Amino acid sequence: MAEIQLKSLAHSYSESPAGPEDYAIRQLDHVWHKGGAYALLGPSGCGKSTMLNIISGLVQPSEGEVLFDGQRVNELSPRERNIAQVFQFPVVYDSMTVFENLAFPLKNNKVPGARIQTRVAEIAEILEIADKLHKKARNLTADEKQKVSMGRGLVREDVTAILFDEPLTVIDPALKWKLRRKLKQIHEQFDITMVYVTHDQLEASTFADKIAVMYDGQIVQFGTPIELFEHPNHTFVGYFIGSPGMNLIDVERSADGVSFGAVRVALQEWQIERLQGLASNNIKIGIRPEFIELASGAAEGSYQAEVLDMEDLGTYKIITVRLGTQQLQVRMHEDFEAGIGSRVHLSFPPQWTMLYVDEFLVQEQS
Amino acid sequence: MDRIPDNRAWWLVLPVFLLVAFSALIPLMTVVNYSVQDIFGPGQAYFVGTEWFREVLTDQRLQDSLLRQFLFSGAVLLIQIPLGIGVALLMPKSGIKGSLCLILVAIPLLIPWNVVGTIWQIFARGDIGLFGWGVNQLGVDYNYTGNTVDAWLTVLLMDVWHWTPLVALLCYSGLRAIPEAFYQAAEIDRASRWAVFRYIQLPRLKSVLVIAVLLRFMDSFMIYSEPFVLTGGGPGSSTTFLSQTLTTMAVGQFDLGRAAAFSLVYFLIVLLISWLFFTAITHADKDT
Amino acid sequence: MSLTLENLSRKVDGVDYIRDVNLTLEAGSFNVLLGRTLAGKTSLMRLMAGLDKPTQGRLYYDGVEVTGASVQRRNISMIYQQFINYPNITVYENIASPLRLARVAAAEIDRRVKETASMLHIEPLLQRYPLELSGGQQQRTAMARALVKDATLVLFDEPLVNLDYKLREELRAELRDLFRVRQCIGVYATTEANEALALGGTTTLLHEGRVVQSGPVMEVYRNPVNTLAAQLFSEPPMNMLRGRVSDTEITFDEYSHHGLTRDLARLAPGDYWFGIRPSHIALVPAHDDDLEISMEVALSEISGSETFMHVENRHFEMVTQLMGVHQYHTGAPIKVYLPINKLFVFDRNEQLVHTPAQGGERGG
Repeated sequence: MAEIQLKSLAHSYSESPAGPEDYAIRQLDHVWHKGGAYALLGPSGCGKSTMLNIISGLVQPSEGEVLFDGQRVNELSPRERNIAQVFQFPVVYDSMTVFENLAFPLKNNKVPGARIQTRVAEIAEILEIADKLHKKARNLTADEKQKVSMGRGLVREDVTAILFDEPLTVIDPALKWKLRRKLKQIHEQFDITMVYVTHDQLEASTFADKIAVMYDGQIVQFGTPIELFEHPNHTFVGYFIGSPGMNLIDVERSADGVSFGAVRVALQEWQIERLQGLASNNIKIGIRPEFIELASGAAEGSYQAEVLDMEDLGTYKIITVRLGTQQLQVRMHEDFEAGIGSRVHLSFPPQWTMLYVDEFLVQEQS
Repeated sequence: MDRIPDNRAWWLVLPVFLLVAFSALIPLMTVVNYSVQDIFGPGQAYFVGTEWFREVLTDQRLQDSLLRQFLFSGAVLLIQIPLGIGVALLMPKSGIKGSLCLILVAIPLLIPWNVVGTIWQIFARGDIGLFGWGVNQLGVDYNYTGNTVDAWLTVLLMDVWHWTPLVALLCYSGLRAIPEAFYQAAEIDRASRWAVFRYIQLPRLKSVLVIAVLLRFMDSFMIYSEPFVLTGGGPGSSTTFLSQTLTTMAVGQFDLGRAAAFSLVYFLIVLLISWLFFTAITHADKDT
Repeated sequence: MSLTLENLSRKVDGVDYIRDVNLTLEAGSFNVLLGRTLAGKTSLMRLMAGLDKPTQGRLYYDGVEVTGASVQRRNISMIYQQFINYPNITVYENIASPLRLARVAAAEIDRRVKETASMLHIEPLLQRYPLELSGGQQQRTAMARALVKDATLVLFDEPLVNLDYKLREELRAELRDLFRVRQCIGVYATTEANEALALGGTTTLLHEGRVVQSGPVMEVYRNPVNTLAAQLFSEPPMNMLRGRVSDTEITFDEYSHHGLTRDLARLAPGDYWFGIRPSHIALVPAHDDDLEISMEVALSEISGSETFMHVENRHFEMVTQLMGVHQYHTGAPIKVYLPINKLFVFDRNEQLVHTPAQGGERGG
């Protein structure tokens, strides 16, 4: 187990990158602490799999250093780095039985036979494939194959870290719940550094203590699930986290705050102060659908809006409203009712109204 | 929309059926016809039943060449299959080097059979052949026209040179079809080079190898022109294989009935062994 | 055009793929097939398309039997999990290909390709090649090709599985809006309950080749005919507690005793299954008669705005879905509250006997 540090890391798949758009990862510094459960979250093509492969050593970074406990490991092969990695699509050695598959990394590490027996039995038990141990791997279903792939990663006791590259893609949703829970339990039990790559925010936040959100080759925020949800550091985090994502509205400076069309948005004192210190005119406000308050009657500081659409998602409803020139989405409880075309009154609680300048959050100075 | 019984598709099969009939069925039936008759000339044929078959099966000359044939095909498979896999493993995976290697490896396959024989006939000569001369220079007494062992080795070497590329190319395509993820997983699992070969590459080459083994067996079992041109079957009859014996019988001695019976036996042997190979390999695939 | 399946079954090598399915898909309807992997969703779609022949039963288009007719005679489009496009021609030509095959006039092709492309937001990409596009754009191209030819039946076989979660959200909304204005029958297979809810239309629950329930999405969601339907159409799955109702009280697993109030009072004495959705379980009582059960925290999963807490005791385990962030340590004792007005009740044969009323007062 080790602390994994990435120092001014950058990577380009092209041999002679011309500009920043040729980079899969752009100039990045990051530390994964010993024993943590982390997620690397982002859309496809954001560079998250590249980063994982750089940590494991399958890809050589074009610039920067990878350090394990302060030691440079750039030149070491995955074998020497002693890292376990689970891939998106199941990789099993299909001529071997499930047992042989799970025992394979241990045999390669010259683990004594008796230890292999107990360790494989233990992992098979956790992953609920104990009854399949003597089946040939090629005759398994996709679910089972992926469990075997995961098992081969989990079976090693001495690894620096275990990396997961979207491991639950091929798994049935009903089973995903169980497996995520299993992984979390394994982490609590064995206390190994784990990094989990995914594009699914739920998967990331249920697995990880801290999440790194990647966008365009950079980590735009590294924080707990709550931080990402309540205080997205970047408009992309606001959009990407949450279902639906944060409402983002382009606004202009006005006398005592910001406005869009005829709507004036009240900001907190410190937000106005900090805004005055910034020159850029790329200003947005962001508010999550969960935090917009909807009422049938007017209240102080509320705006009148028209209901355009109402989508029933069983446990909650998504209401689309038009406020001035903007369309906003509001998340309401399942029993909420409002006719399409009817008027409602919304208000933005100031503590949940975020201000973004040049796509980054304007934070309160401490 | 009622269902329309549409049998017109059968007409599409007809050309293929005719082709197969003319190319395989009719000649085969002709051979069957000859094998049960004694033919002296046009219109002079007598039914002799299984006599030719009895004679063929007890003929010492034929039994000897059958044994030689098995030894030769066995040796060909034992050498060419591992060597072909080895060559395929060493070939670069992509890029200009990969393409160059492909062309280089494929060259022997482009040369006609009897030309291969001629090339080696000269190449292996002790006086003017580079290979023969070179070996003699090393102090080894080598003469493929006089020494049985030398003749055998030369025929084998020629066949290896000519046909290992086929095995190599088949294996190369099989190797290229293995997804990169398997190698990455093996690297992560800290597998040795041998384990990668044994547990990833070999299992995934299996279907390609079935084809390679079958092709090489059938081809080598019916080899004719190369040894005929190189050694003429000699010295003595030490490199006379089945096809050559058969040709001598049919064309040289005009022993049509015997040759026909022999052809059928030959055909059945090839069929039987190929079938055994195939079922043995495909059955090993099933799980227990 | 409508599509009717009558007692449709398909068996392959003695294994039942589809068992006795009866369904009618109306013209202009959007039908979601929801079921776990291997539930028979793909098999059923292949039967609808005529790619496979049923071993039993009949298939009607507008009342005309088509059970044995070949695929070419039906006007069908299919979209798969994998992004299937022709790699050697442009996006424009990809979308135009079914029209070219149908010998549509060039001007008409141009108009329809552009119209479909703009619907799916890929108009700027028309001159690119499929392999230069991202996964989402490739799948949009495949969808455009399927939608351009005005097929009478469009089949989607888990088309969004290989896409980002955010892209899925967007495409789902686009598809739903698209089908609102089209007259063809859409059939969409998915394993995810939330996707079925987001797509709307008609939902058919499939399990082991059989139809468990079929109807308008909210009707199925709110009135699951049996425990299986309830579990299939709830994510995370609905919590099920076995209980016994006597004249005076209700007992869960001979462990937790409660009085009979409101709807429960109407139940005849006997054994029942009580179902409650994770989102309806609360940590604070909202009514006097909420069922209070002592549990222990097994795991709490936080997803930004919500917490999924797994709780258990010696007798049963449940999942709760709570708004906001709730952090508890594993093993911590906790009391959960089940509002009576949110309980589904199933009899001992697992058939629905009582469904909670909608709207009005909120449970959690």
